[in-house]
Amino acid sequence: MMTDIIQKVKNLSIGFRSKKGDEILILKNISTNIKKGETVGIVGESGSGKSTLALAMMGYVKHGLYTIGGECQFNSSNLLKMKSKDLEKIRGRKIAMIPQNAGQALTPNLKIGYQIDEALQLHSDLDEIEREKKISELLNKVRLPSPETIALRYPHELSGGQQQRVAVAMALAGTPDLLLLDEPTTGLDVTTQAHVLELLNFIAKDTGTSMVYVSHDLGAIAQVSDRIIVMYSGEIVLEGPSRDILKKPIHPYTHGLLKSIPKLSLAGLPESMPGSQPQPGTIQGGCSFFDRCNFSDDNCKNNSPKLEFLKDLNTSVRCFNYEQLVNENEVSQTVNKIKNKSLDKEILNLSEVSISYAKQKLLDQIFNRISDENPTVKDINIDIKKGETIALVGESGSGKSTILKSIAGLLRTKDGLIKFDESRNLSSDLKERDPNDLRIIQLIFQNPDESLNPNHTVEEIIAQPLKLYFGLKGEKLKKNIIDLLQKVRLGEFYMSRYPRQLSGGEKQRVAVARAFAAKPDIILCDEVTSALDVSVQAAVLNLLQQLKEDFGTTYIFVSHDLAVVRAISDRVAVLYQGRLCEVGPSNDVYKFPSHPYTEVLLGAVLEPDPDIKPKLVAEDIVEERPPEKGCSFQGRCSRIVGDICKKEIPPWQLTDSGNAIRCHIPIKELQKQQF
Amino acid sequence: MLFLIIKRILLGFITLFIVSIITFVGTEVLPGDACTTYLERQAFGEQLEACYRRLGLNVPAYERYVSWALNAIQGDFGYSLSGEMPIKDVLGPRIKNSLVLASAAIFIGIPIALILGIITALWRDKLPDVAISTVTIFAMTIPEFISATLLILIIAIWLEWLPGIVIVPTDVSFLELLPNIILPVVAIAMIMTAHMARMVRSSVIQVMASEYVQMAILKGVPYWKMVFKHVLPNALLPAINVVALTIAWLLGGVVVTEVVFNYPGLGRLVIESISNRDLPTVQALAIILASIYVSINLLADLLTLMLNPRLKTLQIRK
Repeated sequence: MMTDIIQKVKNLSIGFRSKKGDEILILKNISTNIKKGETVGIVGESGSGKSTLALAMMGYVKHGLYTIGGECQFNSSNLLKMKSKDLEKIRGRKIAMIPQNAGQALTPNLKIGYQIDEALQLHSDLDEIEREKKISELLNKVRLPSPETIALRYPHELSGGQQQRVAVAMALAGTPDLLLLDEPTTGLDVTTQAHVLELLNFIAKDTGTSMVYVSHDLGAIAQVSDRIIVMYSGEIVLEGPSRDILKKPIHPYTHGLLKSIPKLSLAGLPESMPGSQPQPGTIQGGCSFFDRCNFSDDNCKNNSPKLEFLKDLNTSVRCFNYEQLVNENEVSQTVNKIKNKSLDKEILNLSEVSISYAKQKLLDQIFNRISDENPTVKDINIDIKKGETIALVGESGSGKSTILKSIAGLLRTKDGLIKFDESRNLSSDLKERDPNDLRIIQLIFQNPDESLNPNHTVEEIIAQPLKLYFGLKGEKLKKNIIDLLQKVRLGEFYMSRYPRQLSGGEKQRVAVARAFAAKPDIILCDEVTSALDVSVQAAVLNLLQQLKEDFGTTYIFVSHDLAVVRAISDRVAVLYQGRLCEVGPSNDVYKFPSHPYTEVLLGAVLEPDPDIKPKLVAEDIVEERPPEKGCSFQGRCSRIVGDICKKEIPPWQLTDSGNAIRCHIPIKELQKQQF
Repeated sequence: MLFLIIKRILLGFITLFIVSIITFVGTEVLPGDACTTYLERQAFGEQLEACYRRLGLNVPAYERYVSWALNAIQGDFGYSLSGEMPIKDVLGPRIKNSLVLASAAIFIGIPIALILGIITALWRDKLPDVAISTVTIFAMTIPEFISATLLILIIAIWLEWLPGIVIVPTDVSFLELLPNIILPVVAIAMIMTAHMARMVRSSVIQVMASEYVQMAILKGVPYWKMVFKHVLPNALLPAINVVALTIAWLLGGVVVTEVVFNYPGLGRLVIESISNRDLPTVQALAIILASIYVSINLLADLLTLMLNPRLKTLQIRK
């Protein structure tokens, strides 16, 4: 039994010293074993210590942190006490890392081939010719096209998915016994992510390598791991076989987490978990999950539970009251069906909108025009009804954020009209909009860290639109700010705080309050939940829905996450390369028949359920620009019917339920193929 | 790439053209002119007219600008007023002297700056860093006229090792000049080295904290190999522009130091010709100094472009 264990973590504590001199723990007394050939998923939200744990398994502790106690044993020697000379022989050869963001983790001035060769030089005895062959082999193994040319490229010349594959190849170069993966698919598009995961699964089977897969994404974890470790504020709270953890989690945190993740199969908003994960060093005795828990009692408040191993379930759990959950059935999700009163009145109409990023030639600059035969975004026609939520979905480069920018007046359109309230033309140039035009459309950005001024208090942030659009002052201004804060479930005492004193979810609430302060008719939501932790996401989505029902606001919701879109939107528009593929009520878009691109997107979604595997329909090629003519999706379509797809722009076809699909294949035929 | 180089060179010429106009107009609007200065109290009547005719000041300003500019392009800046000799003969030895001073400072200062910067970054917050950083910050903050004066006081006056001021003819040979330039070089190199070492330090620290360096460590790359392959090439790229600016600053004449040491370089010539109201020389100097700045910055940009694969492909793609 002992020989089976490849890495043994024993009572590991890692922390840092605060400015006051207190010792603050990032990891608290972690013990676990990684066995030969198994894939362990470590899941947790940002700040749970999961990456620190993975790095410690390589004997690496980040600048500023230090080991307080415990060991990470590899082949019965403690990596954390090892000399760097000896570590160099283990890192890359016995244990290899696949980083989160390969774009940042590849050295910019060195060619791909060199970076892989470096690993080979260090960790194999091959001579130069053999190494060259091996590089090609490795690049082939991670399914990169034409390895010889890729090896001569610099990292920035590859796409995100390709960079991630190079990182995998680099890690495999030393034929390691243990692979550590730190959020390896997080920055990637849905389809690329599914492909990379499939590749990793293949490699795990093919080489028998043990893997530790660190992620915040239960969907990705579900696809790869045999065993799952759930971490919460530096502690392991649940550890057990993957299927049990995902189907019948017996820790309240995991239980709540699974309930709060939107699923493709369910329309409507999932229940949210209150609060957010405590900051390191703020917990005063008791269970760290106490204040967010539905099962907590006085015992939880005063005593911190131990990690308890349950033999018959083969699971370890850190909870006093887990028994209440043991007998519960599979996690059943209850959702709040959204009920929007969308009126027949159009509030915003985009007709024939085209947007170009092409650099203007001198002549065009002089005549103040944009000439581009093949613009980034083309022929966008959408009517948006008052009070509805319409979602724009697509991968990066699909033009969804570009369209949002033009609606907001931040990016000039090439052609087309943007009409408000059926009559009023809105210029796509901010300077030509009057203050009222600006007020009616507000934006909420993806990352509240960047969209909130770090030198303004919450009061100042929310006061700005109130002063600007309504000229409020003094008591009235203050009363309005408090009102808005209450609407986004934040107390009055938040007024004097700075953004850095707020958690991610709280910051996004402030951004929501700022948007609503202008009493807008339309709010543009640009990936508003992507930067948030899963447990906070549902709460923000529920808040957005509540506010919308109260104020009758119209949302234009941009997201790459199809499950989130499914949860919140009435209607969905699918974009590829800046062209519309499919527009329809979300119930119908998520059902077949679909546009072949929608089919690809839906197939690639990762659900936190080991029984639902992604379906990979098309290759994850990255196209630099839209095709000159024909269907925008021709380059990746698996259902291509011939020359017509390359030459003619496909017609819009309507399904019985009012779903519009732009494809050359007749609807009936498409339906047959997809069932 | 070629297009970009041509564009940058053209831009450089436009800059020089603007500088030439500004200097010309500047000297033009100042009260008094070469003849009134030269003739002093006799500057009236027949004699003044004759002087105007002799120096060609009786034609309209724009005509004078054109003929001056055409001659300047060919290297002929006209006559110096104070010495009554061709300006290019005045400039020649001065440029040589400044070049000697600057290159000595560059060859000593830049390697030291790089080494100190790298050491402080790699031993960040440890003893070598604390010690060197204290010294560099100190050297950076003392104005050069103070450090120069102190150097003269200690080395030349108390210890009597080296001459305190440079008393040589403008056109001495290099070997004779050598012992004279040691103190000025040290004075200049101190400030320059300190500045650059700080810059290199922060640049190396930034790269050391990057994800790709962490990745290299986790890949098992030995420490020094990592430093030379993964860290330095990326950390020193931004330093090129700083080095270029420093070189331009040096060649442009380190005015204060040259004056303190009585060094016959371009910097002192600037001061001299301004106080002598030798306007043709001032004009010539302005143009020459501007060309030095423009061409060195151009070189630095092209060098960065060539060394940074990222910029190179971006340009080609466009």
